[in-house]
Amino acid sequence: MTSSISSISSTPKLSLRNVRKSFGTNTVLDGIDLDVAEGEVITLIGASGSGKSTLLRCANLLEPLDDGEIFFDGVDIAEPGLDPDPIRRRIGMVFQSFNLFPHMSVTKNVAIGPRKVLGTDKATATTAAVEMLTRLGLADRADAYPDQLSGGQQQRVAIARSLAMNPEVMLLDEITSALDPELVGEVLDVVRGLKADGMTMLFATHEMAFCREISDRVCFLHQGRILEHGPPEQIFGNPQETRTREFLQRVTDAGRF
Amino acid sequence: MDQRTRRQAYEQRQRKRSLIIAFLSTSVVIGAIVVLIPLLPRWDRVRKSFFDGEIFADSFPRLLRAFWLDVQIFAWSVPLIFALSLAIAVSRNTRSPALFPLRAAAVIYTDVFRGVPVILTIFLIGFGVPGLFDSRAWSNPLIWGTAALVLSYSAYVSEEIRAGLEGVHESQRAAARSLGMSTSQTMSTVVLPQALRRIVPPMMNSLVSLQKDVALVSLIGPIEILRQAGLDKSKFANFTPYVAAAVIFLAVTIPCTRIADYLLNRERRRTGATAVS
Repeated sequence: MTSSISSISSTPKLSLRNVRKSFGTNTVLDGIDLDVAEGEVITLIGASGSGKSTLLRCANLLEPLDDGEIFFDGVDIAEPGLDPDPIRRRIGMVFQSFNLFPHMSVTKNVAIGPRKVLGTDKATATTAAVEMLTRLGLADRADAYPDQLSGGQQQRVAIARSLAMNPEVMLLDEITSALDPELVGEVLDVVRGLKADGMTMLFATHEMAFCREISDRVCFLHQGRILEHGPPEQIFGNPQETRTREFLQRVTDAGRF
Repeated sequence: MDQRTRRQAYEQRQRKRSLIIAFLSTSVVIGAIVVLIPLLPRWDRVRKSFFDGEIFADSFPRLLRAFWLDVQIFAWSVPLIFALSLAIAVSRNTRSPALFPLRAAAVIYTDVFRGVPVILTIFLIGFGVPGLFDSRAWSNPLIWGTAALVLSYSAYVSEEIRAGLEGVHESQRAAARSLGMSTSQTMSTVVLPQALRRIVPPMMNSLVSLQKDVALVSLIGPIEILRQAGLDKSKFANFTPYVAAAVIFLAVTIPCTRIADYLLNRERRRTGATAVS
């Protein structure tokens, strides 16, 4: 496997070069190279601890890199000393554990980003938030508080909160892993909608069937490296690497496929 | 369907039973106190020197007027304590290297003022600081007594606020930062509001404690309720004024703790989180 992964487009939206990250002596990302084209949906699969979440957190500069570059529209955003705030507002992130603000109503959760970060006035931001919630089928929960919602509803609010910033790229970090099985579908429907709208997405997931359905490309991570990547038909139909085959076998044996 | 299930009927019987048992046991305990204590050999003398109705009635209005001074000291102290302790807690949470002196000062401050008894702080500041000035206007014991209370209590309350700040999960910061919020926006819109809700109970405890410690200021001069009670005690050669003062304190502190509990429960209900009993 060569380390460089070229994308389908000549000017990638997001481009990771030799990204390295360790926590103490534990190497989590061991030289990641990845290009994400505009409108492309890339899924990250691999065992727990393979580096999927850290990769997403690094792409959003929530974790500082040890080494490497991250080009966003051709600009290295991992450059030391660069103010990360203006970059983060252009990159949306949705977390496994929702991380909604529990002291704010659902509408305020969605409106707070534009209000504080973009300086949108309260009335405009609130109207936009309600529209966004309506789009995601949550109009009737607009005045509720996060703790009063089901997990699936909370995760949809979290997606709405992120979309309210009008991001150019969405990073989805195992967004259905904390949900009861019957609630996974409503969240995945939202992701389908995003793909239909042409959103660029980097999506770490354990939902293999959905991964197969939605991905333009699938990356299999193993010990902090992208061991194998390609279109879903290839990764799931004819994996080249032994590790990939073993991983997919374990997933199948666990009845998760 | 109005038919109760057997389980519901059983549970209602159980509830009724617990209620009766609680009522009976409370009656027995109160009855024992009322009946047994007066049987003690010298109860009669204690009753005269602590629970004299006439002295109580005579002293009570005077104590109440003196208590107004406690209320004023308290009312001045609370916003000052809140502002100072918030500033200390937030500055201990900063990361910037330029603010190192601020962080160090905050640590030394909390260590020193939590380590010295409140009464000593009141003596040292109340008698010491006025000596720095020529003018008599600066020797008002009210000002320095209040300042000592503020300094002492801010050390405790800032630790409560800091614990509250640290109790807000890291993932909340990550969510706020991922939206593009700056560190200070994250602090003011996401972390601080959650922390403040969390620290209501410990902070109310501190405030109830402060209501009582205001009386310590009497030791450097002002005639507030404790001092007045002492004067009345000497006048009547009877301890009843102290009991009256205690009654006045209780009349204020008990509702305060109840209000704190009520506010906390209302907040829990509003955000939907259920309390585990």
